[in-house]
Amino acid sequence: MKIPRHLLSVDDLTRESAIAILDTAAQLSQLSEGKMKKLPTLRGRAVVNLFYEDSTRTRISFETAAKRLSADVINFNAKGSSVSKGESLKDTALTLQAMGADAVIIRHPSSGAPQRLADSGWIKGPVINAGDGTRQHPTQALLDAFTMRNRFGGVGGGLDGLRLAIVGDILHSRVARSNIFLASMLGAKVTLIAPPTLLPVEIGEWPVEVSYRIDESIEEFDVVMPLRIQRERMNQGFFPTEREFSRHYGLNIDRVAKMKPEAVILHPGPMNRGVEIDASSADSARSLIVDQVANGVFVRMAVLYLLMAGSHELPENALDQERA
Amino acid sequence: MTRIVLSREDISRAIRRISHEILERNKGAENLLLLGIPTRGVTLAQRLQRDISQIEGRPVEMGSIDITLHRDDLRLRPPRPLSPTQIPVSGVEGRDVVLVDDVFFSGRTIRAALDALGEIGRPATVQLAVLVDRGHRELPIRADYVGKNIPTARSESVRVRLMPFEEVDEVVIEG
Repeated sequence: MKIPRHLLSVDDLTRESAIAILDTAAQLSQLSEGKMKKLPTLRGRAVVNLFYEDSTRTRISFETAAKRLSADVINFNAKGSSVSKGESLKDTALTLQAMGADAVIIRHPSSGAPQRLADSGWIKGPVINAGDGTRQHPTQALLDAFTMRNRFGGVGGGLDGLRLAIVGDILHSRVARSNIFLASMLGAKVTLIAPPTLLPVEIGEWPVEVSYRIDESIEEFDVVMPLRIQRERMNQGFFPTEREFSRHYGLNIDRVAKMKPEAVILHPGPMNRGVEIDASSADSARSLIVDQVANGVFVRMAVLYLLMAGSHELPENALDQERA
Repeated sequence: MTRIVLSREDISRAIRRISHEILERNKGAENLLLLGIPTRGVTLAQRLQRDISQIEGRPVEMGSIDITLHRDDLRLRPPRPLSPTQIPVSGVEGRDVVLVDDVFFSGRTIRAALDALGEIGRPATVQLAVLVDRGHRELPIRADYVGKNIPTARSESVRVRLMPFEEVDEVVIEG
């Protein structure tokens, strides 16, 4: 089991280490069902949530995960902090290091900020990317993979043969970029469905198929994942109106009815009901959106445990030499 | 250098004897819950379950308890995978729990198991059954049922091989 020192991108993972994280999350979810809610594993360790961008779900999910492992959690929101007085990422990081941060979870509007933090040596412990610009959001992809595997696969396995459709604003989505590469690595076949204006130019190099029409193929997929239109990252008109987008690409009751009987809906949240997904689809029995939130805590516990609890200084075979 | 200290027959006789001792001490199997510590402790618990059920003519419950997240040496080792914890729905509350492990050494595994168990509930009693006690305790913990006491040097290592993990049932000392 080779676990990376930092989790900055799904590229840091191999199929083996991704499955190790999912399997660890599966054990943790079972422990929680068996009433073992609080674990002493990271007692006395401090985890910093360093958030330069708004988030409720992800920040709370990481906070819950860290607390269930008994870590201390320090929440640092850029708004209302010294960052709004002009402090640089470097000085903030050095401050956190001096205060004894054992791991930093960072969300940042600039793609690459977590990488900078990890490479710089400003922080000694692991850096976990909780979303950077339009680049990566690896724990979201892991929790999506976990949710899909729970439904269609099992512990120890990947997503082999699964067909996943990601629909909507691919261009601005770090969730899409993370999911495409992780799901493909785990054996799924990914199709992107979006208007040409919401697809990035580099899709030619990605392991995906592309379709401009949702109605052509919706009955082929096991998992359909609509994405929110990221207005906050748009500076021009990518489509005429939300209504028109919704008519052509939105998940609605008619399209859901055409899906395979066992097919499911995932959404990374936050949802804009009535735009990329209508209320009846979001609340239907096919929707695993609430499961995703619950699974997010287990996956993040697994990541914190695997990155923080052990020593990364030792050779991998040090476990084999152990005596009972 | 490797020498065999318990053969397949020795192991099966030891499990049979421990089964009788557990039943004698607990006056039957009614309130018993066997909890194996992964990986080989679970296999041993299954074998105890089979023998005890056979002797009593009624099924006895078992489960597994992973102690990894309660270990005190996590930071001294590379990241470890977790093993399953499976507690029967009837739970541990008020039960006579027998923890089962393969090799009893420092006692730290058992301390971790007691902590893990305490998170789940409050058993009436907790007892410990081990296949091999090799000595060198670092904590004030003792076993209630021992397959065989095997004095060892610290530098030696005790390997318990059990089917289906290995091709044979045997306990060997290496080093």
